[in-house]
Amino acid sequence: MSENEHTNHIVQPGTYTAIILTLLTLTALTVAAAYVNLGPFNIVVALAIATIKATLVVLFFMHAKFVPRRTQLIIISGVFWLIILLFMTLSDYVTRVDYRGVRFPISQNFSAGLPPRA
Amino acid sequence: MHRTGALYGQFKTLEQQKDTATLGMWIFLVTEIMFFGGIMLAYTINRHTYFPAFAMGSNTLSLFLGGTNTVVLLASSFTMAMGVWSAQVGKKQLLTIFLSLTLVLGFVFLGIKYIEYAQKFHHHLVPGRNFDITYCVNNPARCDDLSPSELEVEREELAKALKADPALNSHAQLYYSAYFGMTGLHALHMIIGAGLLLWLLKESLAGRFDAQYNNPVDIIGLYWHFVDIVWIYLFPLLYLIDRHK
Amino acid sequence: MSTTATAPVQTLPEHHYLNATYGIRSWLLTTDHKRIALLYLASVTFFFFIGGFFAMMIRLHLMTPNGLLLSADTYNRMFTMHGVTMIFFFLIPSIPAVLGNFLIPLMVGAKDLAFPRVNLLSWYIYIIGGCFTLYSMIAGGLDTGWTFYTPFSTVYSNSAVAPAVLGVFITGFSSILTGLNFLVTVHTMRAPGMTWFRLPIFVWSHYATSVVMILGTPVIAITLGLAAMERVFGLGFFNPAMGGDPILFQHLFWFYSHPAVYIMILPAMGVVSELIPTFARKQIFGYGFVAAASLAIAVIGFLVWAHHMFVTGQSTYAALAFSLLTFVVAIPSAIKVFNWTATLFGGSISFDTPMLYAFGFIGLFIVGGLTGLFLGCLGVDMHVHDTYFVVAHFHYIMVGGAVMGYLGGMHFWWPKITGRMYPEWIARIAALILFVGFNLTFFPQFVLGYLGMPRRYHVYPPEFQVYNVMSTAGASILALGYLLPMVYLTWAAFYGKVAGPNPWPATGLEWRTPSPPPTENFEVTPVVTWEPYDFHHRPDLGLEAGAPQGPAVAPAHGDD
Repeated sequence: MSENEHTNHIVQPGTYTAIILTLLTLTALTVAAAYVNLGPFNIVVALAIATIKATLVVLFFMHAKFVPRRTQLIIISGVFWLIILLFMTLSDYVTRVDYRGVRFPISQNFSAGLPPRA
Repeated sequence: MHRTGALYGQFKTLEQQKDTATLGMWIFLVTEIMFFGGIMLAYTINRHTYFPAFAMGSNTLSLFLGGTNTVVLLASSFTMAMGVWSAQVGKKQLLTIFLSLTLVLGFVFLGIKYIEYAQKFHHHLVPGRNFDITYCVNNPARCDDLSPSELEVEREELAKALKADPALNSHAQLYYSAYFGMTGLHALHMIIGAGLLLWLLKESLAGRFDAQYNNPVDIIGLYWHFVDIVWIYLFPLLYLIDRHK
Repeated sequence: MSTTATAPVQTLPEHHYLNATYGIRSWLLTTDHKRIALLYLASVTFFFFIGGFFAMMIRLHLMTPNGLLLSADTYNRMFTMHGVTMIFFFLIPSIPAVLGNFLIPLMVGAKDLAFPRVNLLSWYIYIIGGCFTLYSMIAGGLDTGWTFYTPFSTVYSNSAVAPAVLGVFITGFSSILTGLNFLVTVHTMRAPGMTWFRLPIFVWSHYATSVVMILGTPVIAITLGLAAMERVFGLGFFNPAMGGDPILFQHLFWFYSHPAVYIMILPAMGVVSELIPTFARKQIFGYGFVAAASLAIAVIGFLVWAHHMFVTGQSTYAALAFSLLTFVVAIPSAIKVFNWTATLFGGSISFDTPMLYAFGFIGLFIVGGLTGLFLGCLGVDMHVHDTYFVVAHFHYIMVGGAVMGYLGGMHFWWPKITGRMYPEWIARIAALILFVGFNLTFFPQFVLGYLGMPRRYHVYPPEFQVYNVMSTAGASILALGYLLPMVYLTWAAFYGKVAGPNPWPATGLEWRTPSPPPTENFEVTPVVTWEPYDFHHRPDLGLEAGAPQGPAVAPAHGDD
């Protein structure tokens, strides 16, 4: 029951060229977007573009589009576990409330009351 | 002992050996996702808490150098992928060329990184005893590698940041901790990657890879692309905080 | 106990992995998974002694309430180094690196693991990490607790934090490589006919353990790396004086260290899942459920870590979620316990030493697991957190559970590893001594914790002395229970009765090869046609009740 990791599918240089051009365009887009004031959405846009770039690299440069289901599951698990780490820890920080039931802004979580270092 | 292309004793077929090695590399990359993930978490919490300090820190980084490095690394991923293709279709010379290009681009990246690090040391921006976020603004003569307009931008940003966060110097160290931690870890992985590429280049020059046997090129390629992906995230996270004026 | 099929007098095979080559180089440069398992056996036993020494110092000191033996500072170093040694250098490697390394290729029908040289590298990394940690012990020791909480560990401690942290960091990679090797081996190296659902539960458990090693260990690596950077270079993520957050360290630390306890218990559960069917001479009840439960424990175990942080001031809502998930993770463990019990029902039970350890495991794991649920309950935890209740809970799981599983497995597979049987009656007595000593040591600690004695304190109120003395007395009996197997197992390796391929008999693939096995494990690659734990249709093992005819081993095709 061993599946082939290495399929016989060879990705063509034309595909690689299209991908690298897309990646370079997206990079320019990221820099351009950084100069527009989107408030809290700057980081969302930046991460979204970065994720699209990463996905293109994984799918085409790393051939993940053409590997068996087992490998794709392993990749997805890795990303999923990273999300668990980030989101479950953040779930602590963003839901802290004081004794009155008032939400802490995160910046008060650990520097309130401490004198600033010189 | 070991010869590239030989079948190892615990395997029944070259096919099984190839499958096994590739699966091993993918699982290793999953561990790397979690490894970088830990420091990403530290970055996330600290950025959210100390946004003014992180914005200030980001604005002291050279967008030109960072952007160039991003392009360099993306290009190196392209040349690496082309190298894998060359091996798969049996074009041995082309493989050597693409591997060399990838290596050169990798060295360019590390060179630019070195320049950036040297600049940080010079500007007293390394976390520790000498850290001083105001150093260049207060001593423009010492920071002569910054142009007057860059210095002006820094002065403005510093004023804005100090108003938002009186303890800026302390908190800015957290930004630079993230900067050196994340880029340092990334650079370490690049150096290891460069070493692996050197080995690949040596084997490629000896003509060891062809359409039948090219798995090492493929799996070292996977590692290289992963290191590229880490930088794809590091670039906006470190260089593009609050850049709009 | 022995069936009709085993020969009355067994002889050792002429060539096996132990006498294949001689000399220190053939051991230190070996790539044979069986030899590497023995290298690990020697190393983990060494660290077990070191950890045991620190335990002895703790218990001796705690005989009196006012700290006569050690100063407060020295006491801190004793419990810290006991924890660091036992967890990172004994418990986490023990079953996977010794029994897993030895058995997994045999159980799946392969000649070796997927990456034998990586396996050897893994051992060397373990040794190098161990050396750094030993150095920290000689350089004055470590007093931060095995949990390395910041900013004490990164800023204020005057002990040898950096080398110890570096040692643990390095050893983490040993764990990662072992896990990687096991995962890939199970995926790609199984013999023909060995489908996933014919694998022994021992393999499923190690697969689940490897998933935890792969996904969790890198996080402790980066965490300790950042802590080391903070200590040495002044980075500030965890230091409040610079605006850093100690709770962030705790989140990152426990994200690994909770799944780490599943790294410690899942392999032991895998061992028990082999012992119970063998000594009840019965198919395991609910094979699919037991296999799935192993994976469920591995996955859900990643979602509960903040139950170690209930008193830190973290969000109450997050605490609620983690508490609920802590209760959920108990369910697959309970499923396993019920399935083992159901396996016993209607079985033909014998009380050989490995079975005694399996029974000990089940009973003590139930106590440890249930008290874990008490701790997972927010209100109760407010009262017993950081008391001896917690100490008793985790020792019931780790010693009563994991170490009993380890010893049970060592006894069960000793004949396969060495070719010789251990002396049965001494072994049974040692198991009983261990059980009595263990309970006398740790049960009073539940009482102590509930009555309010804090952990990691070098003094305590005089009214607690009687329980502490009981605990220390138990510890000396426990120590005897550990020393006896070390002596008689070593003796048996050279002078025990020759065991033959399958002395029990048991049904796994590892019992079809001579004891000790040849270097390449199987003379002919096995072709698997039978279901696991089938005690009634295995004529090749002499176990029959209307058996299918025909050879169970494929004739040699000349390509192996």
